[in-house]
Amino acid sequence: MMKRKLLALAISASLLPAAGSALAQAGKISGDVVKIGVLTDMSGVYSALGGKGSVLGAEMAIEDFKAQFKPKFKIELVSADHQNKADVGSNKVREWYDTQGVDMVTDVLNSGVAIAVAKVTTEKNKIMLNTGAASTRLTNEDCAPTNVVHYTYDTYALANGPGKAVTKQGKDSWFFLTADYAFGHSLEKDTAEAVKANGGKVLGAVRHPLNASDFSSFLLQAQASKAKVVGLANAGGDTINSIKAANEFGLTKNQTVVGLLTTIVDIHALGLPTTQGMMFTEGFYWNLNKETREFSRRFFSKHKGMPNMLPAGTYSAVLHYLKAVQAAGTDDTATVMKQMKATPINDAFAKGGRIRDDGRMIHDMYLVEVKKQSESKEPWDYYNVKQVIPAEEAFQPMALSRCAAVKK
Amino acid sequence: MTEIFGVPIQALFGQLMLGLVNGSFYAMLSLGLAVIFGMLNIINFAHGALYMAGAMFAWMGMEYLGIGYWWMLLLAPIGVGLVGIVIERLMLQWLYKLDHLYGLLLTFGLALIIEGFFRDLYGVAGQPYSIPEEFAGAFNLGFMFLPKYRAWVVVASLTVCLLTWYLIERTRLGAYLRAATENPKLTQAFGINVPLMVMLTYGFGVGLAGFAGVLAAPASQVGPLMGSNLIIVVFAVVVIGGMGSILGSVVTGLGLGIIEGMTKVFWPEASATVVFMIMAVVLMIRPAGLFGREK
Repeated sequence: MMKRKLLALAISASLLPAAGSALAQAGKISGDVVKIGVLTDMSGVYSALGGKGSVLGAEMAIEDFKAQFKPKFKIELVSADHQNKADVGSNKVREWYDTQGVDMVTDVLNSGVAIAVAKVTTEKNKIMLNTGAASTRLTNEDCAPTNVVHYTYDTYALANGPGKAVTKQGKDSWFFLTADYAFGHSLEKDTAEAVKANGGKVLGAVRHPLNASDFSSFLLQAQASKAKVVGLANAGGDTINSIKAANEFGLTKNQTVVGLLTTIVDIHALGLPTTQGMMFTEGFYWNLNKETREFSRRFFSKHKGMPNMLPAGTYSAVLHYLKAVQAAGTDDTATVMKQMKATPINDAFAKGGRIRDDGRMIHDMYLVEVKKQSESKEPWDYYNVKQVIPAEEAFQPMALSRCAAVKK
Repeated sequence: MTEIFGVPIQALFGQLMLGLVNGSFYAMLSLGLAVIFGMLNIINFAHGALYMAGAMFAWMGMEYLGIGYWWMLLLAPIGVGLVGIVIERLMLQWLYKLDHLYGLLLTFGLALIIEGFFRDLYGVAGQPYSIPEEFAGAFNLGFMFLPKYRAWVVVASLTVCLLTWYLIERTRLGAYLRAATENPKLTQAFGINVPLMVMLTYGFGVGLAGFAGVLAAPASQVGPLMGSNLIIVVFAVVVIGGMGSILGSVVTGLGLGIIEGMTKVFWPEASATVVFMIMAVVLMIRPAGLFGREK
């Protein structure tokens, strides 16, 4: 009995993908449904960055797309919590691809999960628009430009803005506070390179465990280093606790604290008195222009918080994908990828964005400074945009790419 | 400047001081755990969640009712204590006769529920809570820049620890409590309401966690995960000090805070594990803990 069931399962499993690709090759939409999966952290340390906000971003994109294009095909959205575990994430995505007919996954924050999911996506020949994870490995050592687009930001883009701008202001000696795992190390390395390239020097670094409960000791070491800048190569709760302690210990009086992965969500959690004067790079700010304000207010009405670059990027990615499916008339991976790469991206998130051959989506990034309490006129009015970093400068140049698929 | 292993001696004093501050939190939390374990035989895994609830209450008081830090320092522990009493009456009291494991599992489940509740309401990014004005600024101690607030944390927690110790070891009420632990039936026969005392003990123990939570609110991220990051270390402290030993938990809390602080200077990557290494060694040499008595 058991054996027969297994056999039946095996046969149907082997037939399913074949049937799917046969349909797609016919230039149609598989199952007449375009299915999008948002894989994210719904409850852990990073859920405030993406999480439900990213799902909402995808929903809004579908809403806008339907209103504008009145598509003939159906669009479905599913979402899941990967709990920041690579195995949970890749199993979920495998299930989505194999049994639920999901065509594209997005968000996928947490670099560890993203790299695992990228492998499954390539194996199953589907599409992954990564709007959440930061590691540049996704467009270098682990690149898969036929299936994976790195959409919103990466450690290079985060590091480059402040690394260059702050160093050029004459604040040319740096000390790093680094989360002791792959993401933190890569962020520290990218920033250190930017600092050195602009004539600065790195005086040292202290590596702290992930989710350390107290940062005062590490900050005291940063203080003792006499570096002009203290770079925080960490994220989420670690960044928040570092900044809180930096303020308390009077570090901010003589040294500049630069959060290397900081978004508006962190600033909101800390409040302006604690964060004023901080500089960092973000890929989106709600109060840039009329379009961003409209998008963000709509988002706010459902989320009770302004979007940072992750939900905004997810919105843009899903919209761009759906437009490509509409234009190509199919959800076949190769055709849609070609269409997406051929079309510039213009929406509330990006202006004149484009997807390069290595899978990197490039667009303008913003070097921002946090306002003083007295300058802030309304809730969430937090940033002064100091500099728009043009797309070509913001991301790692193709010449430096370590992606095997695009190397000549 | 004099140096020890390449670290200036002044910086070392600074780190010692910080270790003491962190140790104060460990001491207060492990004290609550020790009291609860000593009197109720319950390994209270919900302690971290209730510590977090204390900090959240402080923030909620400020946000919704405009109640400042000082009042919340009193009100939040009482609130947490009341939550504790409800938990004890509704659930824990049925478990005293059973194996420790049941209490542990129940309170662990409760911790997840409490955390999930706040996470669902407020997300994980945390809430802003600033240092009370009286403690803005810092003392310049010469060798370091000690924020006034951190100094207050040490003073407040040592006072609370001392008072608790005095209450349990030196007063009549404490004597009743200890008697009730030793032999509940006999104590009851003398006309002392043991269930009531046990209930209040649990309320008091978790109230201590709530107090620590309010103390922590201005110094760290006020969010649903703040307790779970800390509680594992605190349990290690309790194990090292000896389960149920009041003096042991306070001394070990402070001591381990300092050792951890030193590790942050000499080998920062290991600072999250050093407490557990010590725990492993202590368990091998003295299974009942440094201050515990073998039964």
